[in-house]
Amino acid sequence: MAMVRKGLHIKMGKSYLQISTSRVLLYIFITALVCFTAMPLIYVVVTAFKPIDELLKFPPQFFVRKPTMQNFNDLIVAVGSTSVPFLRNIANSVFTTVVTVFLAVFVSSLGAYSMAKMDLPLKKQIFSVIVAALMFPGEVTTIPNYLIVDGLGMINTYWALIIPKVAGAFNFFLMKQFCEQIPTSLLEAARIDGATELKIFTRIVFPFLSPAWATLIVFTFTSCWNDSSGPLIYITNEAMRTLPIAISSISTGGLARQGAMTAGTLIMTAPTIIIYTLMQRRVIETMAHTGIK
Amino acid sequence: MATATIAKDTSKKRVKAKKVKGGGVSSTSAVITAVIFFIPFFVLFCIFTIGPVATSLYYSLTNYDLIQTPEFVGLSNYQGLFLDDELFMTAFKNTLYFALISGPVGYLMSFVMAWILNDMKGRTAFALAFYAPSIASGTAMSVVWGYFFSPDRYGLINNVLTNLGIISSPILWTQDPKTILPCCIFIQIWMSMGTGFLVFMAGLQNQNRELIEAGSLDGIKSRFQELFYITLPQMKPQLLFGAINTISGSFGVFGVITSFAGFPTPNYAGHTMAAHLYDFAFVKFEMGYASAIAVILFAITFAAGKLCMWMLTDKD
Repeated sequence: MAMVRKGLHIKMGKSYLQISTSRVLLYIFITALVCFTAMPLIYVVVTAFKPIDELLKFPPQFFVRKPTMQNFNDLIVAVGSTSVPFLRNIANSVFTTVVTVFLAVFVSSLGAYSMAKMDLPLKKQIFSVIVAALMFPGEVTTIPNYLIVDGLGMINTYWALIIPKVAGAFNFFLMKQFCEQIPTSLLEAARIDGATELKIFTRIVFPFLSPAWATLIVFTFTSCWNDSSGPLIYITNEAMRTLPIAISSISTGGLARQGAMTAGTLIMTAPTIIIYTLMQRRVIETMAHTGIK
Repeated sequence: MATATIAKDTSKKRVKAKKVKGGGVSSTSAVITAVIFFIPFFVLFCIFTIGPVATSLYYSLTNYDLIQTPEFVGLSNYQGLFLDDELFMTAFKNTLYFALISGPVGYLMSFVMAWILNDMKGRTAFALAFYAPSIASGTAMSVVWGYFFSPDRYGLINNVLTNLGIISSPILWTQDPKTILPCCIFIQIWMSMGTGFLVFMAGLQNQNRELIEAGSLDGIKSRFQELFYITLPQMKPQLLFGAINTISGSFGVFGVITSFAGFPTPNYAGHTMAAHLYDFAFVKFEMGYASAIAVILFAITFAAGKLCMWMLTDKD
């Protein structure tokens, strides 16, 4: 809030009256550009409601003329034709994503707080390893990760989709940088008042970190919900397949499945966008502290 | 576990209070609590991040087919990659080509976008529209790209180009070795501006406004001078975080290309190091060889990351 006021003040200070043609042109240009970058998403939304004749029409058209829900019925039929009902796929995705998000937020904030504000030994060294880990492309660790998940006996269990994602370098990094903002005096006061560390964490630290965990929720949710390689590698049991796998399995159905495919794409995409929209303000607040110094 | 922590804590609080006055000296029990808080993260991080990198290093020196025990072969996997594997050299070149274009271009574009949007009204809405495509799933987006770049007259781009009279017959975007990589670079730039954009946006919003006012008193005239002399030096930490995120995304590229042109790509035109790795690990089951590819890929991203750190960290 204070920041917004400051921003306004600056603008007033500068020549705010110059709302010139160049300004208007800039707005037009940016609007056009944003429409362009958002085009794939707009396409996803409109196409999901196209009746089959519009989908196959030539020349192809971008927008929908006679919207219909038929594609969603087709989707349920197409996916449900395998032995596993579509709702089960959705439930698998929701369950693994929610548990991962919950554990990731909890484990990362506990660890990050310990590193930022407690007497953790070797914190500098461990932190530089975590920063280095930000640069690991996920592809590099696919093979050993498989062997480890296999060695822990987690193949074909939901844990295979959850546990490897709980302690990510990216999540930890965000959390730790944000934890540095907690006023140390507040913690010391609580300690002198006799609060235990666990109480300090749950009563003071965790609420303070709310923008950071909003951010973690967005990123972890997105990466789990969209993950198509994990379920492909770790899960062979059809009943445990998640949404991305179920949807890409119908993409091989050719033209007849095209309607179902568009509906599936919308179902895949919508939750991440909705969650991000709800959290955007807090996400940007967190990101301000992510710099590497 | 929880009760143990609490018990330790009660004994600790007096020591801790003393520490505040004395300063600096940490008590054993404070260290123990810190370690207990840190352990869940640390154990999982070691098992699923550090462990895999370490085992990759080891397997890269072995022959390993997942069934028999790994047989130590020294550096021969690396020797094979660089001396006898022409396909690896193709993958190597493609990866560099892809990363050196998509990385810097995407990075610059997301910064410029954040900079322009930052003092526009309604930036929240613009930011949402700009960022949203990059959190949509690759699986979902490949459907869209499939339609945009469809190699027949149904494809949106071919359709538009035909109507404009630029081309007479449809371009085979997804099959022509000449167009595969450029198209994927285009898609990657489009899709990958997200995280960097958010970080930059946040950094810009939290600039020290007093510096800007001071600058305008000191003779900063244009927005560009302000950008180069005041904004960018202030934002180095965010610039670095953005760069590091871009690097790991652009060198590890695989998914975008596979969903665009299949696997393997026609004439290996879009064969990247990650694709080569996938091929040896999950098609040919030569884990040792695949691990050597992983190690090289990691070395490259790490070197690029270090370079960025060196460029964007204050040396004083």
